[in-house]
Amino acid sequence: MNDILAIIIGGIFVNNVIFIKFMGLCPYIGVAKRIDTAVGMSLGVLFVITLASTITFFINYAVLVPFNIEFMRTVTFILVIAALVQMVELVVRKLSSTLYNALGIYLPLITTNCAVLGVALLAIKNDYNFWQMLAYAVSSSLGFGLALIIFAGIRTKLDSADIPLPFRGVPIALIVASILAMAFMGFSNMVK
Amino acid sequence: MTLWQEFSKGIVRENPVLKILLGFCPTLAVTTLVINALGMGAATTFVLVSSNLAIALVARFIPENVRIPCYIVIIATFVTVVELLIQAFSPALNAALGIYIPLIVVNCIILGRAEAFASKNPVLPSILDGLGMGLGFTFALVILASIREIFGNGTWLGFNVIGIEGFSPILFFALPPGAFLGLGLLIALVSAYQRKR
Repeated sequence: MNDILAIIIGGIFVNNVIFIKFMGLCPYIGVAKRIDTAVGMSLGVLFVITLASTITFFINYAVLVPFNIEFMRTVTFILVIAALVQMVELVVRKLSSTLYNALGIYLPLITTNCAVLGVALLAIKNDYNFWQMLAYAVSSSLGFGLALIIFAGIRTKLDSADIPLPFRGVPIALIVASILAMAFMGFSNMVK
Repeated sequence: MTLWQEFSKGIVRENPVLKILLGFCPTLAVTTLVINALGMGAATTFVLVSSNLAIALVARFIPENVRIPCYIVIIATFVTVVELLIQAFSPALNAALGIYIPLIVVNCIILGRAEAFASKNPVLPSILDGLGMGLGFTFALVILASIREIFGNGTWLGFNVIGIEGFSPILFFALPPGAFLGLGLLIALVSAYQRKR
């Protein structure tokens, strides 16, 4: 039970996907302009990362390991993720229009989100069992969501700030990320 | 556009990291040391050139609707090749780059070049485009890594460059916040230079 707790705290704070592992920066820079879009994107990522990690976990241990073709992992995982995102989009569109309106526009963007592939691969590299993998996937996406929502909040304030011209847009976003990453460094050594 | 221009545009004028603002994930993650930046740059350049070559050859046989998954599979194949090569010949680089080697697959620069250039152009310009973009990517990585290694570690490519007695490295630059700050300042510098001209 303790290790699960450590993985959850580690995933959200200590090894935050955006600030410490640098994964999923494109949506961080591109999408996090308003808090409601940040929440939508976070929910979409939570859904896709959890589903993708679960499926790739079973593919890895049911197909790749028994047939001794682990070197195909990168190719298999990225294909599964790309196919999965397309399928989820179709299913969500058929099942619930409310959910589709909330998540639909974010789903295509998630395929190229390196956090999805990164979390799936790290869960295998760290030799997690099923529950650890699940805890890791959920907490990593929560950490992603946390970073996205904090940043969206700051960005609404930045809009009315007087930023020097060359720093407008991406540079100031990276400098804000730097300060937030410093804050997140405060959590390091909280779990081993 | 001449072949030389196809090659040279990626290095400065359309630098993928500093101008087009793509591929931040590996840029920030591996630039703690210049040697890691060079390794990542070489790996990405290899994948860019090979995938551009392969995609330029097969693009007209691929149906429009399934092109993105096809490109991703081609890219992932070359990434696997690079991954196995690094594991075989440079275990130290493999340990330093770790998870970021397979993540070359989702580097938006590669899919971006495949979609925007290689799928519409003949083989030779595509190879040169990939080579130029790869070198531009490596160039940006090495600049950022130089800043981070000199300030954060007191060395450059492993050589001790700060000869001051009692200099203690600014650890901030070796840690994630330093990566964000360094890249932010670099991009601002490039954009300020552009405005001035």
